[in-house]
Amino acid sequence: MDLTWIHPIWAVGLPVALAIPLGLWMTRVLDPPPEREGRGLDALATLVTRAIGRGHPTPMTWLEYGRAMLAFNLALFVITFAILWAQPRLPLNPDQKGSLAGLGYKDPAGVQHDGADTAVIFNTVCSFVTNTNLQHYSGEQHLSYFSQLGAVMWLQFVTPACGLAVMLAVIRGLRGQRDVGDFWRDMVRSVLFVMLPLALVTAFSLAATSVPMTFAGSAPATTLEGGSQAIARGPVAAFVAIKQLGTNGGGFFGPNSAHPFENPTPWSNLIEVVALTLVPMASVLMFGRMLRERRHARVLFGVMLTMLLIGAGIVIAAELRPNGAMIRPEIASGPNMEGKEVRFGPVATATWSAATSATSNGSVNGMLDSLNPMGGLVPMALMMINVDFSGVGSGFLNMLMFVIAAVFIAGLMVGRTPEYLGRKIEAKEVKLAMVAILIHPLVITCGTALFAATTWGSSTTANPGAHGFSEILYEFTSSAANNGSGFEGLSDNNPAWNIATGVVLLLGRFPSLLLPLAIAGSLAVKKPTPPSLGTLPTDNFTFGMTLMGVVLLVGALSFMPAVVMGPVADALGKGASPAAASAQPRVSQPLVQVLKDAH
Amino acid sequence: MSLATLEPPPQAVESRTNRRESRRLGLFEPKLVREAVFRSFTMLDPRAQARNPVMFLVEVGAILTALVVGESLASGAPWGVVGYQGALAVLLLLTVLFANFAEALAEARGKAQARSLRDTRRLTMAARLNSHGEIEQVSSSELRAGDRVVVETGDVIPADGEVVEGAASVDESAITGESAPVIREAGGDRSGVTGGTRVLSDRIVVRVTAGPGESFLDRMIALVEGAKRQKTPNEIALAIILAAFSIIFLFVTATLYPMARYFDITLDIPTLVALLVCLIPTTIGGLLAAIGIAGMDRALQANLVAKSGKAVEVAGDVDTLLLDKTGTITLGNRRATRFTPMPGTTELELARLAALSSLADQTPEGKSVVELARNGFGLKPEAPDGSRFIEFSAQTRASGVDLPDGGSIRKGAPDTIARHALEAGLQLPKGYQAAVDAIAREGSTPLAVARDRAVVGLVTLEDILKPGIQARFERLKKMGLRVVMVTGDNPLTAASIATRAGVDDFIAQATPEAKLAYIRNEQAGGKLVAMMGDGTNDAPALAQADLGVAMNSGTQAAKEAGNMVDLDSDPTKLIEVVEIGKQLLMTRGALTTFSIANDLAKYFAVIPAMFVGFAPLASLRAIDLMGLATAGGPQSAILSAVIFNAIVIPLLIPVALKGVAYRPIGASAILRRNLFNYGLGGVVAPFIGIKLIDLAIDPILTFAGFA
Repeated sequence: MDLTWIHPIWAVGLPVALAIPLGLWMTRVLDPPPEREGRGLDALATLVTRAIGRGHPTPMTWLEYGRAMLAFNLALFVITFAILWAQPRLPLNPDQKGSLAGLGYKDPAGVQHDGADTAVIFNTVCSFVTNTNLQHYSGEQHLSYFSQLGAVMWLQFVTPACGLAVMLAVIRGLRGQRDVGDFWRDMVRSVLFVMLPLALVTAFSLAATSVPMTFAGSAPATTLEGGSQAIARGPVAAFVAIKQLGTNGGGFFGPNSAHPFENPTPWSNLIEVVALTLVPMASVLMFGRMLRERRHARVLFGVMLTMLLIGAGIVIAAELRPNGAMIRPEIASGPNMEGKEVRFGPVATATWSAATSATSNGSVNGMLDSLNPMGGLVPMALMMINVDFSGVGSGFLNMLMFVIAAVFIAGLMVGRTPEYLGRKIEAKEVKLAMVAILIHPLVITCGTALFAATTWGSSTTANPGAHGFSEILYEFTSSAANNGSGFEGLSDNNPAWNIATGVVLLLGRFPSLLLPLAIAGSLAVKKPTPPSLGTLPTDNFTFGMTLMGVVLLVGALSFMPAVVMGPVADALGKGASPAAASAQPRVSQPLVQVLKDAH
Repeated sequence: MSLATLEPPPQAVESRTNRRESRRLGLFEPKLVREAVFRSFTMLDPRAQARNPVMFLVEVGAILTALVVGESLASGAPWGVVGYQGALAVLLLLTVLFANFAEALAEARGKAQARSLRDTRRLTMAARLNSHGEIEQVSSSELRAGDRVVVETGDVIPADGEVVEGAASVDESAITGESAPVIREAGGDRSGVTGGTRVLSDRIVVRVTAGPGESFLDRMIALVEGAKRQKTPNEIALAIILAAFSIIFLFVTATLYPMARYFDITLDIPTLVALLVCLIPTTIGGLLAAIGIAGMDRALQANLVAKSGKAVEVAGDVDTLLLDKTGTITLGNRRATRFTPMPGTTELELARLAALSSLADQTPEGKSVVELARNGFGLKPEAPDGSRFIEFSAQTRASGVDLPDGGSIRKGAPDTIARHALEAGLQLPKGYQAAVDAIAREGSTPLAVARDRAVVGLVTLEDILKPGIQARFERLKKMGLRVVMVTGDNPLTAASIATRAGVDDFIAQATPEAKLAYIRNEQAGGKLVAMMGDGTNDAPALAQADLGVAMNSGTQAAKEAGNMVDLDSDPTKLIEVVEIGKQLLMTRGALTTFSIANDLAKYFAVIPAMFVGFAPLASLRAIDLMGLATAGGPQSAILSAVIFNAIVIPLLIPVALKGVAYRPIGASAILRRNLFNYGLGGVVAPFIGIKLIDLAIDPILTFAGFA
């Protein structure tokens, strides 16, 4: 019997099944009715908010909410920057790691510069504050335990909570509330009642599958050849749990979940892949419950799930074929095992690749750069679309912008001026939504163009031609989508890349949180129209297809030229010209070597 | 309710249809086409073009390409290059011209419609009354609001106004196409007269309400001619979407140049401009203005004068329709259909008495009682000499006749007649109240008849529904509209008619205040309300309604308050208004979808052609799904895409002007239909079109030596 499909079925079916009770739980704890606020479990939230001087919830308008969110993130930015800079002078540093700024880099001309590069700190801070976790450093080599916990892991808890909080505010606006909630209270509730308990359960489960959890320094070991080696370890289980749950993706170790300490067994792999999509899935269902539009939420969920399944299907199919470089002349048969862990195999790695790029998580359990070209196209496409479950809170908001665009066009086509959830979509909402949709392709194409045309990009790619171009394109796509996975091969730890991607990271995050908030604020004050037979229904199959069509068409039209020059030309080149294939015999190298820079 | 609206004689309906037919111009009327072609060139002025950002971008692209052509000529580039670039420049210019043509043609059609109306406003002489009450002859162009003019038999009414004295029958066929004359009289709701119409009999004094250039027609003409044409809110929102797409594509194409540098490829600027023009939504961008004008044009064809483009748009959104019962839902007059005698009286006797009491009653109801007695019972009722007829009065609330023998017959509302009987100490017959209620319950109006104050029976007055009205309401319901019947009847009667006609709700014993309250209540629930009215007391409700359609026969106040005027004064027109509005919005949505969906095929044509000549990306020939870029070289593929992009604009002009057909089949079904036609069709059509164009031009290019 062919057991290929067992893993994907569990990897997708399990989070879908778990998202249903989790969605209910999130609705209950994150949006309690006024009479139950501060009572029962919620008293805990009051206790914490009292500690920051906000014992009573203060309702905020969308603008106040947005300001509070920005202020909080600015504080995060400053504090994290300070921690990474002052790393050597802070506690919990048993291996005497230096300042992250002391990393040094190679400039485009290939000259090594030692130390004094704050750009990497800027990049790292942007990356973690934006819930991206694009890492231009390697966790176990460059971060102390204090930085891992106090900077990285702390942000891995609060940044998804921040996305969730904004999502809550937007939903309340769509519900017609002018006061969209109290940002601080939403943050506290999200961390306390959603992120923390889920992370605890996941961390314990991971520890049970032998993921290490210790504050002891690296373990010295003597190799068979008699050499000595320091084996890095640390509070890995806790770290990996939230990395997966909060669409973070920044690994404790450089090779991320391909590393045997982050992801030792097929069981830990299953737990982690389920954790990838769980919260984004549940938040869509929460949206339906909070708005009492559960059928509409199920349609959005269905659209996202369909795209995920299509994506996963393509990667799996591609990876079950031999490595593209080995077809002509036929060197190998069987699935493409390059860049994959033997304990996971091609199917589990392919499934993970689709899930991690769909959800804007970005953790990996194999090497994305080694996927066959058609398989490698999928993660990039999912990040370009950037609405397939995507980041906690933020992903849903991205989808909302497309919902508004789809509602506008489809609404016209049924002969009414468009409305969403009974509220008229007019010039203002359309403008805000289109800006939100615009930013993503603009930063990707502009960034890629700038680096492709200059030595900043051309001298840092590992491969020539279309594959090298793909590396640049992928890095910008991953940054703009706040995903954080790396196609790698790229020497991206230098000021040009650090600053450019840092800026792109910020542009990929904050406008796409603030613009939906502004739309919700504007819709909240509109009078809702009850639906009639002439109203465009947003809760049926037809609308789902329309929405998917809009998402795919806008994605295809925005990115087709770039994708064609990168992955497509790469794929065509590999298949068509045996010379190109033999020029680059990419036989499996020792994994740690290949993955060294990975994520 | 105006008499003219009740039941136009068949020949009048026919002549109205003919009249409308004559106003319905052929799509490409040669005269209009000539006018539009000329306008398309004058519209090239960048200042005018900037109103439409998408087409402005194309114009800039055309100029840029022309400059490159000049440079190529100067540098002595090979003929193939210059020819290709020149062809592109011409095609881009053509694209702009086609879009201009679409707008100019729609405008010209609107103007022609307006002109046919304006022709009725020939200058005439007017008999103006001066302050001393003397008549002075002035030209109609000298009339100002507030002037009073005398119009006599055979005169043309010189300006829009209100009858302040007298009554006359007026021939309004010049504006409505309706040949049957209508009554216009001072006071009441039939006082409005329109300039250009002719008084057929009698003499009236008209107070002028609009000076020259201010009448409804003038305003509408200005609207159509574009002088006052403003973008509607929905047009603005759509323009934002189109602008956003244009920006995306501007960046996508602009960044292609540096991206290609990674492969050491230098892309050709005119080709990039060609790609940009193919991608930006030129189809909808070029037709957007035409669609809007065509919407107003369609309204005008239905003899509706919209005061703004927005009014037409709002019509598509209407949720609730307030329709008057009389004349809209029912034929207007209640007719006697049955006599119900009380115990002790025969049906024949009742019929005789009822007919006697109604002999002097000149209301349609009264006449129908006599008619029923005559036709149903073979009676020839005649009042004996010396009978005295009693008119209906508000005090007695009954009418009838006092016979010379001292007997009296009365006919009136059942409770009034019953009270009279009780006051005289008489008993009410057994089952009287039950019979009254039974008649009321079936939606009819009971009338009681009494002889010498003793109740002898009841007459049933029945409201006759207009034929086919249920089917129309069924259609409205499928469109998602709620129909509300407005009537002066009591709630019981109203409920029954409402059920029979299939309306969703009714306002019984409606007063202007009740109507206004109902509208406000609906609006508070977020609904958009449309209503039609003619009287001055309708004005507040017309103003409050989101779409107020005033009848042209109505008072000036009503016409000022509404946002559309119906020249036919036809109360069922609201239904048409809604469909016109929906059609307008659907056409916009459908062509936007088509325009964007087209881009996929254009990518597949242009991108491979662009890179096929460069070694590092030559493998991209594989994505040339259409098998273009054949013997004539890659230019043929690019030119084919640009040609397709240009000619699709004039090809879709008929759709833009006629509008996408609206069918009340539910929102989801409409969406599926339009998505299939314009979404999927929009993806597929250019694949076929571009391939065909490529096949056609490839030999020409080869022959011309481009390759």
